[in-house]
Amino acid sequence: MPSQARERRRKNRDSSLTDQQRSLPLPTVALVGNPNSGKTTLFNALTGTHQKVANYPGVTVEEVSAEVEIGETTLKFTDLPGLYSLDPATEDEAVAVGVLRGDFGSRPDLLVCVVDANNLERNLYLVGELLEQGAPLIVALTMTDVAAREGVQVDPHALASELGVDVIPVTAHRKGGARPILEAIERWLETRADHMVVSTCDTQEMQHYTEAISQALARIGIDALRSEIRAAVLDPGTSLRGAEEFPEVDALLQQAREAAAREEFHETAAATRYEWANRIATNVTRREAKRTLSITDRIDRILVHRVGGLLVFLAVMYFVFQSIYTLAAPLMTLIEDGFAWVGSAVSGWLEPWPLAQSAIVDGLIAGLAAMFVFLPQILILFFFIAFLEGTGYLARAAFLMDRLLGWCGLNGRAFIPLLSSFACAVPGIMAARVMPDARSRLATILVAPLMSCSARLPVYVLLIGAFIEPQFGPTVAGITLFGMHLLGLVVAIPVVLVLNRAIFKAHRLPFLLELPAYQWPKWRDVLLTMYMRGKVFVSVAGRIIVTMSILVWALLYFPRSDEDFARFRSEYEQLPARTQALISEDAYLEQRQAENSLLGRFGKAIEPIFIPAGFDWRITMGILAAFPAREVIVPTLGIIFNLGSDVDEGSRDLRSSLQAATWPDGSRLITPWTAVGLMVFFALCCQCMATLATVRRETNGWKWPVFMFTYMSVLAYLGAVAVHQLELAFS
Amino acid sequence: MIASEAKWQDLKVGSRARVTGFRKIGKLSKRLMEMGLTVGAEFTVQKVAPLGDPIEIVLRGYRLCLRKRESDDVRIEILP
Ligand SMILES: Nc1nc2c(ncn2[C@@H]2O[C@H](COP(=O)(O)OP(=O)(O)OP(=O)(O)O)[C@@H](O)[C@H]2O)c(=O)[nH]1
Ligand SMILES: [Mg+2]
Repeated sequence: MPSQARERRRKNRDSSLTDQQRSLPLPTVALVGNPNSGKTTLFNALTGTHQKVANYPGVTVEEVSAEVEIGETTLKFTDLPGLYSLDPATEDEAVAVGVLRGDFGSRPDLLVCVVDANNLERNLYLVGELLEQGAPLIVALTMTDVAAREGVQVDPHALASELGVDVIPVTAHRKGGARPILEAIERWLETRADHMVVSTCDTQEMQHYTEAISQALARIGIDALRSEIRAAVLDPGTSLRGAEEFPEVDALLQQAREAAAREEFHETAAATRYEWANRIATNVTRREAKRTLSITDRIDRILVHRVGGLLVFLAVMYFVFQSIYTLAAPLMTLIEDGFAWVGSAVSGWLEPWPLAQSAIVDGLIAGLAAMFVFLPQILILFFFIAFLEGTGYLARAAFLMDRLLGWCGLNGRAFIPLLSSFACAVPGIMAARVMPDARSRLATILVAPLMSCSARLPVYVLLIGAFIEPQFGPTVAGITLFGMHLLGLVVAIPVVLVLNRAIFKAHRLPFLLELPAYQWPKWRDVLLTMYMRGKVFVSVAGRIIVTMSILVWALLYFPRSDEDFARFRSEYEQLPARTQALISEDAYLEQRQAENSLLGRFGKAIEPIFIPAGFDWRITMGILAAFPAREVIVPTLGIIFNLGSDVDEGSRDLRSSLQAATWPDGSRLITPWTAVGLMVFFALCCQCMATLATVRRETNGWKWPVFMFTYMSVLAYLGAVAVHQLELAFS
Repeated sequence: MIASEAKWQDLKVGSRARVTGFRKIGKLSKRLMEMGLTVGAEFTVQKVAPLGDPIEIVLRGYRLCLRKRESDDVRIEILP
């Protein structure tokens, strides 16, 4: 039986706090709760921030804080990763528990425990643990709408009187839906009352010890709370107000700790607390006569079907990438035309100053145009990812893939970070914190950047549009795009296998994953994700591109002199007629000028490295420029291949410049094979400073980022060479 | 039919089972308890993944995926 012993505690309000102490730390309110219960949704509503929200457990993996003014008080709200219990099993849970314990500063003053009404019993387990801590607590009841859909009704008043704390229903995803919580927090600020401490799990043995320790403490004049005593028993690291110095207390404490350390203790403790949770959940919940099958179950019949499920997964992925390709095409044309118009207008104004004309039209505008053309694809990709994340499908995909990933030593949970890496590897790497042990987390981190992120999309679309679609049609183009995205996933499997079997020697990892109820994605969240991501793309890409464009343009423009041009002209005249027929004099001159530029000389010197892959110095320079951020290759190629074009045309679009490019002997520079080789290189290479910096932070050192960079560069190079060698073998 | 001690491998879609105890208490079984698989808890098998593992069970009103072959420390009996 759970102990009903309750005690009341109140903060010392008449206290002797000095003014300085009072003005120092802001009152902090932490949002705790089970994973996927709606903490971040509530946090966003309370603070007006846009933290990521999605329908699967383990979205938030770090502590995030924001300050809000309520009346005259400024409060600090903290959003935490989800917890199943106060005994953390993963890195993200450890962060949350650390904040609650006050490991990174002072403890939160008030906890808002977010409880999913549709999953009350399991959510109450954590509430029980928190109640025993004795910290001030308010319960926010979420998902009442989902519960209603499933025929479940939770009575907040009944729950409040069972728990002895405020229970506030919220619908934080709707406008104004978080206000009741703010009001409850304001009420709490006036009293700063703690709640009654409830015991939800004690065995008789444990109750006996707590009672005995309490009495022993009373004899030496210490009035301790039962929750405090229990905490000291359960966590041998904590001190019981220094009372360990008294032999009587110390002996009892040791005995109690031994009892708690015995295995059965946990078994009975968990079972007793679940009995408590079950009793309360039954008392406060009303269930309508059960419908035959819930909506979620009906959808799962198809999506998690033993055979059909996998086919659906592939079909979904294929559909996503095919639509990215086809939907974006008309928008791209629009943007291209827009930039071409701007280019020729600016070019006209700058006619009198040829240097400035070339710098702005060929450098800046060409670079920006080359990049912005890809905004539609990025937005469409983020639309699909946000949509899928919002429905709850990702957790199902993880369930389906567990066996495959388990075979190479990972675990289905890794699938979610990997799928988010299709948007961007940085959050994907962070999301690896949900992995159940350090080695599998590391393996997940190391392969996450192999997933094709949105920054690779421009490269693929450019090359597919220029070299695959004209020759093979839009269906093959779509399939190629899909194939490039599959490539990373497919290569990741042997990489993980080698890492886990040969390097880490990891054991098989347990797999535990909760499947959320399906939801319609919240359109606001989807649009916000697209907007935020679009903004990041434009501002980051914009900033890099402006600098890179100018730099690359200058390196390519200088040195330039009439003597050189005269020399190139006489060279052209001495070319055999056959070659002259292939390349016009102007094109030849521009090409020689480019080769003679600073960039060209450097590129020529290192060209041999990439010759086995069939890349000339211009592509090589594009690749090198793209190491800090892979999308930079697009504007770089835009400038390298455009500078030769007639400025009066405005900026010519990059696709046709690439198609027209030739080797010095007049043969085509980029064949469909070369295009595939280049895409393979980009698919496998780690050209992203942000990724490396994140890996360094997550693994506390340079060892793993260096390893990652090396293995991915080698893979990318070998992949590109392999494609070119196949081309040579077949033609 | 009376409930009988069973192996996780025997579970099929639609089976109902009850936890009767633990063979060993390790990190995973502690976590399973915290997730609700405590002595006396009943659950139904909802889905089996391609290739037979993992499985999805409905437990205390929610859906949990776990692997059969990792759950052997949890003793169960199949309910009729
Ligand atoms: N219908 C409904 N959906 C909600 C409600 N609150 C949150 N959601 C949805 O539930 C899902 C999870 O919400 P989050 O706010 O990301 O949950 P979380 O607790 O922060 O999750 P983790 O960070 O993974 O621990 C999202 O799809 C939300 O849109 C609610 O009251 N009603
Ligand atoms: Mg969250």
